[in-house]
Amino acid sequence: MKLKNFCVSGGLIAMACALVWAQAPGVLTVSDPAKLRVPRTGSVDQSLKLRLQPGYHVNSDKPNDDFLIPLRLSWEKGAVETVAVEFPKPVIEKSEISEKPLSLFTGNFEIVTKFKRAPGAVPGPGLLTGKLRYQACNDKMCLPPRNIEVKVPLLVE
Amino acid sequence: MQFRVMGSLAATVLMLGLTMGLAGCSPRGSRAEGASSARPAEKRKPAPDFQLKDANGQLFHLADYKGKVVLLNFWATWCGPCKIEIPWFAEFEREYKDRGFAVIGIAMDDEGWPVVKPYVDRRQMNYRVAVGSPEIEQLYGGGEGIESLPTTFVIDRQGKVADVHIGLVGKSDYKDEIEELLR
Repeated sequence: MKLKNFCVSGGLIAMACALVWAQAPGVLTVSDPAKLRVPRTGSVDQSLKLRLQPGYHVNSDKPNDDFLIPLRLSWEKGAVETVAVEFPKPVIEKSEISEKPLSLFTGNFEIVTKFKRAPGAVPGPGLLTGKLRYQACNDKMCLPPRNIEVKVPLLVE
Repeated sequence: MQFRVMGSLAATVLMLGLTMGLAGCSPRGSRAEGASSARPAEKRKPAPDFQLKDANGQLFHLADYKGKVVLLNFWATWCGPCKIEIPWFAEFEREYKDRGFAVIGIAMDDEGWPVVKPYVDRRQMNYRVAVGSPEIEQLYGGGEGIESLPTTFVIDRQGKVADVHIGLVGKSDYKDEIEELLR
């Protein structure tokens, strides 16, 4: 009986741990993107809203050191073509870890991608997949590089 | 607004748990200058052995260092706080080498030697450096691997983990521990 209770308790603890794991906040989160309506001609902007946990930073898309990992956003080819990816203005910060000031993103920020309809794209709904690669640190430690898969529902007009 | 959570804090917590287990108790906060810092000897656990190749292609085992005090530092070229520690560790290597002390740096860069070797040369790292493997990540970081860098294990002459530091700590914290363990 005692063994059974022990096993049940162990199971509950494991389930609780799994729940905590599933709900644990990450240092970088991406808001669910709005549906993208792709016009027949011209381009359309898609804004990706990101939120970094306080105290953390990620390198900008153009860090001032070759060894630092830049923030990257890439999109798979499909019904749309990427015209340009526009990152916000970075925060430039002096640091004892680098001779040159660091180029960082912190807090809440947005990345805007300009898309245009791909030649031969079929009108109708679809899904656009992107990959956001980042590497986050605070002033005491760094986390390994991570990828976030971004899915944007789209409608080709 | 609903946010998709993609992160690694939970993994860090698990990693902390594992490293606490290896060290035999919880990580310490800041401590007084010159205070005793290493875990009591009876509470230390053996540092898992591993084999890796260093920057010269030489295969080595952690067990080769038995009888020495070892500072086993997990780092990466992209890790800013790790960069701050490198000159300290180079100084410790110079200062304590003859008293039975060694630093081993394990680089956790996915790209391996093509990225790590130029960095080692540029930073004039005078201690042994190896590139980490999935096996050593399992041994020292548990199922989730080493989740935060720098992570440094201080190993005593008996090959047991005397302390674990996750994140940047003070140079004097290391110095105090090394001197205590070398006594």
